Amino acid sequence: MKFSLSWLKRHLETDATLEQISTTLSAIGLEVEGIEDRGAALAPFRIAHVIEAVQHPDADKLRVCQVDIADGTIRTIVCGAPNARTGMKTVLGLPGAVVPANGMVLKVGKIRGVESQGMMCSSRELGLGDEHDGIIDLPADAPVGQPYASWAGLDDPVIEISVTPNRGDALSVRGVARDLAAAGLGTLKPFAPAPVQAAYPSPLAWSVDDLAGCPWVLGRAVRGVKNGPSPKWLQDKLVSIGLRPINALVDVTNWFTYDLGRPLHVFDVAKVKGDTLVIRRGREGESYLALNGKEISVTRDDLVIADDGGVESLAGIMGGEHSGSDLGTTEVFIECALFDPVQIALSGRRHELRSDARQRFERGVDQALPPAALEAATALIIELCGGEASEITAAGAEPQWQRTAHLRFERIAGLGGSSITPDEAVEGLERLGFSVASRDEAGVTVNVPSWRNDVAGGQGGLAQSPELAPERAAKAAEGCAAIEPECDLLEEVLRLRGLDAVPPVSLPVPSPVPQSSLTARQTRTSLARRVLAARGMLDCVSFGFLDDKTAALFGDTPASLRLENPIAADLNQMRPTPLASIALAAARNIARGYPDVALAEIGGAYRDITPAGQLTVAAGLRTGFTPRHWSEPARAVDAMDAKGDALAVLASLGVPTAALSVAAEAPGFYHPGRSGVIKQGPKTVLATFGELHPTLRGQLDLPGPAVAFEVFLDLVADPKKRKKAVPDLPAFQPLKRDFAFLVDATVPAENLVRAARGAERALITDVALFDRYAGERLPEGKVSLALEVTLQPRDASLTDAEIEAVGAKIVAAVTKATGATLRG
Amino acid sequence: MSDDLARLQADTEAALAAATDPRALDAVRVATLGKSGALTALLKALGGVPPEERKERGAAVNRLKATLEAAIEARRASLDAAALEARLAAERMDVSLPARPFPPAGPDAGAIHPIARTIEELTAIFGTMGFAVAEGPDIEGDWYNFSALNIPDHHPARQDHDTFYVPAGPDGRRPVLRTHTSPVQIRTMLAQEPPIRVIVPGRTYRADHDATHSPMFHQVEGLLIDKGITLGHLKGCLIDFLRAFFDIRDLPVRFRSSYFPFTEPSMEVDIGWNRKTGELGKGGDWLEILGSGMVHPKVLANCGIDPREFQGFAFGMGIERITMLKHGIPDLRPFYDSDVRWLKHYGTSPLSPASLAEGV
Repeated sequence: MKFSLSWLKRHLETDATLEQISTTLSAIGLEVEGIEDRGAALAPFRIAHVIEAVQHPDADKLRVCQVDIADGTIRTIVCGAPNARTGMKTVLGLPGAVVPANGMVLKVGKIRGVESQGMMCSSRELGLGDEHDGIIDLPADAPVGQPYASWAGLDDPVIEISVTPNRGDALSVRGVARDLAAAGLGTLKPFAPAPVQAAYPSPLAWSVDDLAGCPWVLGRAVRGVKNGPSPKWLQDKLVSIGLRPINALVDVTNWFTYDLGRPLHVFDVAKVKGDTLVIRRGREGESYLALNGKEISVTRDDLVIADDGGVESLAGIMGGEHSGSDLGTTEVFIECALFDPVQIALSGRRHELRSDARQRFERGVDQALPPAALEAATALIIELCGGEASEITAAGAEPQWQRTAHLRFERIAGLGGSSITPDEAVEGLERLGFSVASRDEAGVTVNVPSWRNDVAGGQGGLAQSPELAPERAAKAAEGCAAIEPECDLLEEVLRLRGLDAVPPVSLPVPSPVPQSSLTARQTRTSLARRVLAARGMLDCVSFGFLDDKTAALFGDTPASLRLENPIAADLNQMRPTPLASIALAAARNIARGYPDVALAEIGGAYRDITPAGQLTVAAGLRTGFTPRHWSEPARAVDAMDAKGDALAVLASLGVPTAALSVAAEAPGFYHPGRSGVIKQGPKTVLATFGELHPTLRGQLDLPGPAVAFEVFLDLVADPKKRKKAVPDLPAFQPLKRDFAFLVDATVPAENLVRAARGAERALITDVALFDRYAGERLPEGKVSLALEVTLQPRDASLTDAEIEAVGAKIVAAVTKATGATLRG
Repeated sequence: MSDDLARLQADTEAALAAATDPRALDAVRVATLGKSGALTALLKALGGVPPEERKERGAAVNRLKATLEAAIEARRASLDAAALEARLAAERMDVSLPARPFPPAGPDAGAIHPIARTIEELTAIFGTMGFAVAEGPDIEGDWYNFSALNIPDHHPARQDHDTFYVPAGPDGRRPVLRTHTSPVQIRTMLAQEPPIRVIVPGRTYRADHDATHSPMFHQVEGLLIDKGITLGHLKGCLIDFLRAFFDIRDLPVRFRSSYFPFTEPSMEVDIGWNRKTGELGKGGDWLEILGSGMVHPKVLANCGIDPREFQGFAFGMGIERITMLKHGIPDLRPFYDSDVRWLKHYGTSPLSPASLAEGV
């Protein structure tokens, strides 16, 4: 919403500065988005009289002028303009002024030996146009000494505010003026248009089929009008806020839309078929040519205005080309109606039509204003175009908008935390147009003005959760009905004083030492993030959606997780795993010349639209090689790195990793022979890991080695908060024994370790696999696996015989479980 | 088809079947389609065919050419697949082997993303004021995202939200990607009785993409429901937070009246900064940083809370925005690009998680 300062002052009597107005608007909820103030830059430039202009003694093209700006000093100005001449009126900038067009600061200077005390300016230098053939040539009656901008009408700053959806009334200059007056920045001028004499019966009548959609409509014709360009003052006002003047009749409707927030429409009576305008629902197959030049097919849910020839306009949204006024119009019919805001909003959205009228109707217009607005519009049309007015014709009736709202003064402090007194509160409300119906010590009941549809209107109703118990829902609803109007009033009272005036109070804390703000489950994400970063990975944040083709490489891409309105074709599918996102990121980094990356992301993996179907997954990806270093050769990253990452995350979350098992059942995006899943028990897959499938690497432009993992954080059981058992601290030294087994290469090494560990639980505290050998010295298909077993004696040192017995048990157990044989 | 063409086709198909490696396959291709291949020869010979037969013969030869090319490609694909399968089988490793005891690099190579860092800091600061962290799903029902928050279907605010939709579920309503973290207010009020003090950091989505808007971004929501909570408490809470977060004890904070469907009164909050230098705390300019207000009685009632009994406040702010301001990060887009250079530059060490004791 834009308006100029002079327009505002048509409604507001005020001495406030632009700065005060701007600050106040922002404070009371009409946020200033920008101020365009050409006058400010032009302020130092004054109207000057060139008393005398003579040839410069040392330059052909310069003149030495004696210039007066009515301040008692005649200044010498050297000027190169061809039109500088004795007696002319022009614009002078004094030393210190900044030339708007180029930012140059004017100084006293000598030009070819003659001191010049300022500069006379061209239009271009003042940023007012392209004219640069000479200095500005003003009419002889231009008042010498006055600021040029104010004389030329250029000092009318234009203010743009953003109006929140609740404040339909502030989509008008008058509404803004009212708010400013209420906030103490002046007084609102009265608005009471005198009735215009009716000279003849209205040629058109209203018929309303849908009183819910249009409760009240007024109309009135003016005949004998002569349409043409509107006068300069009106054109200037419209241009200042970015509207294009069309012709007087159209400009009048635009004027009232902005001036009073009262959209109007004018029909050319000669073009209306029949003598009745009907407001009704649209019919199947009907359409009309809207003023934006588009053919609109209306629906049964739209409210239209129609004549005998069909639809003429989409009510409250956009008029039609057919019956609009033009320069040939001699008789107009003014429409001034109230429409149901919800219907207008839905209709406007259905047809994607944005208009000033829709913007106001969908927020709600002043329900009592139509008669006065119609009189004012009639008067202005007659003033600009001549003619005489008909009688007013109407249908429907003024809605029962009258209602009251109650404010308990205690709530000003009790909810608002403010020290505003009851008197101040009531005065503020009165300045906003509320009137006191009754008042006592404890509170005030006010009548709500017709233009404040947002106060005590009870719009929208409740949308209570169906899960609530009926009594509980009813009690809450009753409470809401009881205090909602009061909250509306309180908001008005507080905003007029400014919320900065409410003293801040630090929150009382329930206890000086707060409880932890994260649950045990929630800490898992931050812990996992830290563990991965501590393993050299860079924590990433990616969009939750990507292109469906890439997504499909990593899992299911159900249509139910495809966006209906993606912002780009490559951001259309909720991802099955964050791994997909970081795989794309790795490829981008590789393309930039960074082949060795370690990326991790902890974020959403989407299976379905239910909350339970939206998993939190920690995913990581390593590509390329380990760093080159003298102490250790570089090597390609491999599946064991990824397995280590996954296990490190699980271990940090308190999962007992010794009890986990690995199965070669990883998803298809992994290399089938170099990947696995980490299971807890027979079913629960806590993690996947492995090399990425070579085909996938080709598809994603990951040329080198690439290994990845996923940890399904939601599946990790809550850590148990119990005290640890007393530690096992035997007095005897542990001893270690090595065993090398020959076993089929297809047997998982894990099976040997597990078998060895279980061979004698009382003694064996650890089994580590420290060597794996496969080569030509071994039979085909066999590998050698070497285990280091730690034995922990408890009651006495172990004898050789006991050690030997344990060794035999270990070999037997391993052989039994895996078919392995001890190597000699 | 003429006999010679049929014979060539049969011979070539037999040769293809016999070719079991890429080299053999290539030999077949050269012998057929190469410069002196059998089919190439037939094409060259077309010039000598009598004009009346030439058209028909030419078409037949070209058909055969297409057929053989396709056959060669099919054979190549099947050989490739077999080779890949053989390679994958040969590359099999024992994934049950123990992982290495150390990762390829340590904490100095890794870093925490600035968004995650800011969330940790928020959690620490609001934690001292007694706020717990609450969470909710990204794909959200429209009742939670809109209706329960006093944004009915026709409300103009719904259009301002640039909502992403996924196809309608069984109830016929289209779920949305949550446009703000506010639906978690609703989930929290339905799940627990007041008093409530939660913050909700999380991902949010809006269909808007340019230099200063990302289709996915992060917000932190705050909700406090209790008895006797006033707008003064809201202001105190936000001022205390902002000054702690930006570590500027006298950071100017300004409150302006505004409107959100789910709060009343509503206010927008600005902090003082210098627009030219980006320096916070001084400079005389104001920067809008968050929206807030007293929870609307309808929102409470929608969740079964009697607004005569309980009242409270809510606020929401953009995590990227406060992160950019705090660290002087000029551009929004690299947050989501995972460029390792940017991540290392702006990321923080995993060994110093945000704590008030060490300073946020």
